[in-house]
Amino acid sequence: MLSIKNLHVSVGDKPILKGINLEIKAGEIHAIMGPNGSGKSTLSHVLSGKEGYTVTEGSATYQGKDLLEMAPEIRAREGVFLAFQYPVEIPGVSNIYLLKAALNSIRKHHGQPEVDAMDFLTLVKEKVRLLEMDEKFLYRAVNEGFSGGEKKRNEILQMAILEPRLCIMDETDSGLDIDALKIVSEGVNSLRSPERSFVMVTHYQRLLDYIKPDFVHVLAHGQIVKSGGADLALELEEKGYSWVEEAAA
Amino acid sequence: MTMATASRYAAEYQTIAPALPGQNLPWLQVLRRDALEKFSAQGFPSPREEEWRYTNVSGIEKKLFSPSISLTAGDVNADWLKAYQLQDAWVLVLVNGHFSAELSVLDGLPEAVSVMGMADALAKHPAKLEKYLGKAADQSEHSFIAFNTAWFSDGLFVHVPTKQVLDKPIQLLHIVTGADAMATTRNVIIADEMAEAKLIETYVGKDSAYLTAAVTEVFVGQNTDLTLYKMQSESEKAYHFGGSYIKQARDARFTHHNFAFGGLLARSDIHVDLDHASECELNGLYLGVKRQHIDNHTRINHLKPYAISRELYKGVLDDRARGVFQGRVIVAVDAQKTDSQMNNRNLLLSDDAEADTKPQLEIYADDVKCGHGVTVGQLDEKSIFYLQSRCVDEETARNMLTFAFANEMVDKVKIKGLHDMVLEQVLARFPQEGVNKEWL
Repeated sequence: MLSIKNLHVSVGDKPILKGINLEIKAGEIHAIMGPNGSGKSTLSHVLSGKEGYTVTEGSATYQGKDLLEMAPEIRAREGVFLAFQYPVEIPGVSNIYLLKAALNSIRKHHGQPEVDAMDFLTLVKEKVRLLEMDEKFLYRAVNEGFSGGEKKRNEILQMAILEPRLCIMDETDSGLDIDALKIVSEGVNSLRSPERSFVMVTHYQRLLDYIKPDFVHVLAHGQIVKSGGADLALELEEKGYSWVEEAAA
Repeated sequence: MTMATASRYAAEYQTIAPALPGQNLPWLQVLRRDALEKFSAQGFPSPREEEWRYTNVSGIEKKLFSPSISLTAGDVNADWLKAYQLQDAWVLVLVNGHFSAELSVLDGLPEAVSVMGMADALAKHPAKLEKYLGKAADQSEHSFIAFNTAWFSDGLFVHVPTKQVLDKPIQLLHIVTGADAMATTRNVIIADEMAEAKLIETYVGKDSAYLTAAVTEVFVGQNTDLTLYKMQSESEKAYHFGGSYIKQARDARFTHHNFAFGGLLARSDIHVDLDHASECELNGLYLGVKRQHIDNHTRINHLKPYAISRELYKGVLDDRARGVFQGRVIVAVDAQKTDSQMNNRNLLLSDDAEADTKPQLEIYADDVKCGHGVTVGQLDEKSIFYLQSRCVDEETARNMLTFAFANEMVDKVKIKGLHDMVLEQVLARFPQEGVNKEWL
């Protein structure tokens, strides 16, 4: 699905990522953990194509294609989905309009006709129910005036409708209370499939109580310093990050 | 130069004066003579005047626009008219500054409501007009008001009597068809106590250089609810000077929507006087492309206690266009418990576009709640990336965000036909690739 090889990324003159290697196969869930400033967010931003980052070395190959060459919207249409840590408010653009525009962009990209209006509405309403959202959210401006939990739920709704292959979740648990965390996690779990992979970028182990990862990687100083199974997350929770950072140094 | 132009107009005035309406009315003769003197003394406004510092009108001085003496409606094409004429409304049409009964649609208008051309009104209701004409617009403070008072050739008159509720809007459609024409119209709108009405002023013209100099005076009676829409979509070579002067009685509600789209140089003045516990809402959207210069100038006078004013003006400026917003809120010493909020937001789409914004609060009372906010900025890069990450290409994302910014003001229009007309005008001015008209 995704193969990252020796990836080096700088912001301005400052190197942030210093040789990341990561192999993600279809159906796998990988958690990327690490302390603040370790480069976690940079990794998710570079993979989704945000401006302001320079790749100085290395590669990221997605389904056999050079991911880093693609414009952000092409990555999205090819099935890469970034769930934002801070979803952006877009006054004047309704949720349902954006969903329709996004879905039709994907279909066009794959040479398919536009979605039928009635089928679309049925699909959207079904997903809204699944995520225990109010239908009124569809007609409100994207994320405008939403609570933290509502914004994150809205990200999962988009994911459920756009059906991406690779989901990059950037600090999805931040700003969520326990109830919202459960609903979001159930949403993600319902989307798990042998064809779909997840990269969960998170500071805390909390989210991983609800979404069980296959692999856990610890990022420190721009490198993956330790990899392991789900147990590694528990160990980190108990001991903090200092022991892995020290062990790596 | 200003003065030379003024005296050229003044010299020509003598030949035109006999044909102007209401010449048999002594009070109007006095008013016109006074206006002519004021205009001759001041000329057109100069950028040295504070209220005109961002807007140089010297362009209109290079030409001598000529007022048409009579109606020549012959060259108004019916198809073209249809694009601007609202269905499901009573429509009054003015061509080159003259009322055309033939083109107007007034079927089914309640008998108690008076709707007619200004020349006819001066003949039929001179006593009523004497009480209102010139009472909201002060010709000593603004030389375009003086110019209009001296020269107005016709205009529209609307009187909605007490307790009358109009179930359809009245459209005042101003059309200019001739090159170098001058359309100088004076409109008076009176809504007595406890009435309810919606009026729509539309200013359009054929593709040529012409001058619109319009003054609309509005009197909103006690407990009356009046909404006035103005859509200015003049030709891109035209000059538009339009002033709306509103006097609100106690407990009156007034809402104004100002859509400033056309003209090479367009200036609108909206002045509102608020009496005890009255409320006004001023909404504005101005779009500038190419080399357009669009100026909106509002003034809200809180004269008495407990009045509420809300104002939001938004501007989108592309190419080398320039937008000006000057908003003044004046709270008189008696106007305690005033509640006023003014906002102006500008979106610049090119490096060469310019927005000049100047909110002014002048507060003489001590127990009031007044606020204002101003922004001038570009499209938010975070929003563009968010949309891109949701499969939308960058150009479409920019178009969507631009449209969304403007659409907030379009959405406030609750008259279907007008909403769609305004929407068309917005879409016609900016790239609409990816912007779906059936915006949900």
